Amino acid sequence: MSRKRISFRTELPLLVWLVVVWGALWRDFSPGNLVFGALIAVVVARIFYLPPVELSGRFNVLRAIPFAAVFLGKVVAASFQVMYLAVFRGPTVTNAVVAVPLRSHSDLMVTATGHVISLIPGSLVVEVDRSTSTLYIHGLNVRNDVDTAKLRKEVQDTEASLIRIMGTRAEMDALRAEGWPATRGAGS
Amino acid sequence: MTPNATGVDAVIDVVTAVLLIAGALMSLGAAIGLLRFPDLMSRMHAATKPQVLGLFLVLAAIGLQMREWWVWPILAVAWIFQLLTVPVSAHMVGRAGYRTKHLHPELLSTDELEAVVLRAAGQRAAEKAQEAESAMPHTGKARNGGNARNGGNGGNARNGGPSA
Repeated sequence: MSRKRISFRTELPLLVWLVVVWGALWRDFSPGNLVFGALIAVVVARIFYLPPVELSGRFNVLRAIPFAAVFLGKVVAASFQVMYLAVFRGPTVTNAVVAVPLRSHSDLMVTATGHVISLIPGSLVVEVDRSTSTLYIHGLNVRNDVDTAKLRKEVQDTEASLIRIMGTRAEMDALRAEGWPATRGAGS
Repeated sequence: MTPNATGVDAVIDVVTAVLLIAGALMSLGAAIGLLRFPDLMSRMHAATKPQVLGLFLVLAAIGLQMREWWVWPILAVAWIFQLLTVPVSAHMVGRAGYRTKHLHPELLSTDELEAVVLRAAGQRAAEKAQEAESAMPHTGKARNGGNARNGGNGGNARNGGPSA
């Protein structure tokens, strides 16, 4: 079998995650159990081969913590908003499918942005165009162009924050060049 | 409730109760949304999203009540798996729903995907037509004739089957 060798460094986050899951499932974080878990993680990662996730090699914890807090706040606010819409607007709610071009072309960044956007109630990724890295997002309660622009800006701001947390150097430079937080125009 | 309930216990119980009720309300909101929203896409919003918060609140309540440190990692893992899987399922259902036209276009204020889909469909149709055309001169006639004959035979066989 000819497969590209993955460096240990790229695989490390996956292995750590597998060990954490192992420990959590056994409810036992004693060193012996963790070492055994690490052994199993290595074997599993070797046998059940997946394409490696291309990490950028940087992760900014100082930006990640506020991002997580803002994310949780948004989830709370949007959950209540969806509840309000369900109860009071119901069948008359107006939606839209909005195309949002992203800056980054890396799979990880597009996936992460799509995940975060999907987790915040009120927006849902319908389709992904990988060649142009465009997300097509179904937005709840998007009535007019102002709402559309707001949704688009929110997605691009989310992507900008994610790039600041774990984007590559090139993506960071691109972000700086365009003068964040100003967002890109409507695009297509 | 422990028999020797101190002040701290009472506070934890109250917080737990608030978290549980809020989590249950989220599920109720999802159920109402499922009933009241008009089409598949908006229902997906209600069906998938409030649970993320609802589950978080309920798990936090469990963690508070168990008061064992080992329960927190497994609760965190459960929630993280929820975070990872919910968008994927929502995306797959939403995508399938859009492609099978389970949506009410009159309820969309804008649809920027429709133009792209139509363009792609047009392109594909044009490509197919071109392919058929380029295949014509060599084998087009023979293949067409064969197809027609086969089709006719198939039709005859199917029609004649039950009576024969």
